[in-house]
Amino acid sequence: MKIHEYQAKAILERFGVRVQRGLVAETPEQAAAAYDQLGTPLAVVKAQIHAGGRGKAGGVKLVRSREEAREAAARMLGSRLVTPQTRPEGQPVRLVFVADGLDIAREFYVGVALDRRLGVPVMMVSAEGGVEIEEIAAHRPQAILRQPLDADRGLADYQARRAGFFLGLDGEGVRKAVPFLAGLARAYLDLDCTVAEINPLVLTSQGELVALDAKMAFDGNALDRHPEVHALRDIHEEDAREVEASRHGLNYIALDGNIGCMVNGAGLAMATMDTIQLHGGSPANFLDVGGGASEEQITQAFRILVGDPQVKAILVNIFGGIMRCDVIARGILAAARSVEMRLPLVVRLEGTNVEEGRRLLAQSGLPITPADSLDAAARSVCQSVLAAA
Amino acid sequence: MAIFVHPDTPLLCQGFTGRNGTFHSQQSLAYGTRLVGGVTPGKGGTRHLDLPVFHTVHDAVSATGAQASVIYVPAAGAGDAILEAADAGVQVIVCITEGIPVLDMARVHRSLRGSGARLVGPNCPGVITPGPDGTGCKIGIMPAYIHRAGSVGIVSRSGTLTYEAVWQVTQEGLGQSTCVGIGGDPLPGTSFVDCLRAFQDDPQTDAILLIGEIGGTAEEEAAAFIQAHVRKPVAAFVAGRTAPPGRRMGHAGAIISGGSGTAEAKIRALEAAGCRIVPNPSQLGSTVAQMRREHGRG
Repeated sequence: MKIHEYQAKAILERFGVRVQRGLVAETPEQAAAAYDQLGTPLAVVKAQIHAGGRGKAGGVKLVRSREEAREAAARMLGSRLVTPQTRPEGQPVRLVFVADGLDIAREFYVGVALDRRLGVPVMMVSAEGGVEIEEIAAHRPQAILRQPLDADRGLADYQARRAGFFLGLDGEGVRKAVPFLAGLARAYLDLDCTVAEINPLVLTSQGELVALDAKMAFDGNALDRHPEVHALRDIHEEDAREVEASRHGLNYIALDGNIGCMVNGAGLAMATMDTIQLHGGSPANFLDVGGGASEEQITQAFRILVGDPQVKAILVNIFGGIMRCDVIARGILAAARSVEMRLPLVVRLEGTNVEEGRRLLAQSGLPITPADSLDAAARSVCQSVLAAA
Repeated sequence: MAIFVHPDTPLLCQGFTGRNGTFHSQQSLAYGTRLVGGVTPGKGGTRHLDLPVFHTVHDAVSATGAQASVIYVPAAGAGDAILEAADAGVQVIVCITEGIPVLDMARVHRSLRGSGARLVGPNCPGVITPGPDGTGCKIGIMPAYIHRAGSVGIVSRSGTLTYEAVWQVTQEGLGQSTCVGIGGDPLPGTSFVDCLRAFQDDPQTDAILLIGEIGGTAEEEAAAFIQAHVRKPVAAFVAGRTAPPGRRMGHAGAIISGGSGTAEAKIRALEAAGCRIVPNPSQLGSTVAQMRREHGRG
């Protein structure tokens, strides 16, 4: 689960990380008032969306007056911000963060993320702030210092000092970096983050270390034990269909194609999407109805697929392992009837009682094309989309 | 031979009397698996499915001599259940549970280091070693009937895609030595490399099928190991060529982040290591069969 920059900053501040001071605004008027309240001549207005790359997309604006703050907010609020990390149509801006302008001497990168190979979180620091860490990692890996974290102790003081000296800070700077970096590590560990990143971390001309930006994301499996974090979820930032699907225990991700897919199991769902593409088609979604989908879940899944105007045909691929295929077939038929399916529907069933399942589909009177293999199913659904075009 | 577990391995079930524990234990028993008892704290001394129930894994191990354990305990208690099994001396711990927070698993891994226990999973279908006459050691939630004893070792990060692979291999008239679902989480207990090493050393296994997916670098590490140490033929499939970056595809570990973890990079690495790449998931079985024929294993 992702949160906004302003929310991440509020959390980090609680962990002793010094952050850029600022206020959230929902209207241009509030942004102007926030400028007054900050009381600094230079301020910055930043669009709050769950995606990076805002600066180049016009989502970050320096302002020097109340009027400029109002104008910047008016331009951003209600607009759609398109960055390399958003969908092509962009993300609507509903909030802006109005924050102190800082006198920046240097910019750094610091972030914590899981190292899957080591099996522990690592803290990464780099003196090349403001750049995507992946870019530095790809071209100049030696410019990043990576240190593993103990999941209980967090960042040791010596690790924080080592990071500070790696960044080229002087003794006084390193002294300030120790609680700053330890607080970031502690926030990551205590709140079950998947990412906690400050980019850039700035050294001001006054010698202070301040988080100019902040990005945090959380392990969805741990949200139950962090209700205060869960409360920060902003469903406006999420695809409405994905939110609806998650309510029914379905794993759904909207994509750009026109073939709706319904599959049991994540790996098989990806393999099904891949096979559609091999046959020249384009999947409209990833949808995993779970290893043992119920009739209720299958019905909900159909509703979501049929409700997507992009979808021109549907492919159902179920490997009935423990569940019997005749039961699954009945579920598909009940669901297809209840949502008044008018789209071409190709169904591939495999597993226990498959003959009975196929017979039920064939005799249903519904326009269902049965398929014997994943390959045949994908070919058939791709042809039906071409035929309809 | 097979790997990790054998048709006669004595097995315990943790979370035995719950809905999943009960259902899948019945399935394992029906397949002839040597399930010797189960653990549900508070229900020790009772019987379930005509088998003894124990309060603790320690009690269960001393009474039954169990060497393996399967865990169906809900996510909040699953990490603790793994540690309990390891502490009681269980050698192979298979955790089916989905949804364990990743930092909990980081702590579990640290505790397991040096214990000698092998953890498979979490968030996995389990391990199965088919035996003679449609029986075998089935530890987990996979459907038994698709398997057949044989010589193909299968290792996968997926569930139903593994069943698809097993089914296709069986349809080719071949069978499996052992199938290991290592699970879809970012920090699996057993890696591809662990399984490849075991399959390479297993005399029963004469070909290996590896099924990977996007996210992380487990396939790249597998490729490096194959190049250096595996002399048996390996076929490989990687799911998720069409997966968009930055989105978690169902499995907690299946995400392309910052340009790393793509299917293309993994396929390139596996191909460079000499693996036979399965071009299409409908050809999982036929690719293995073809590869075996080319290696003179009819």
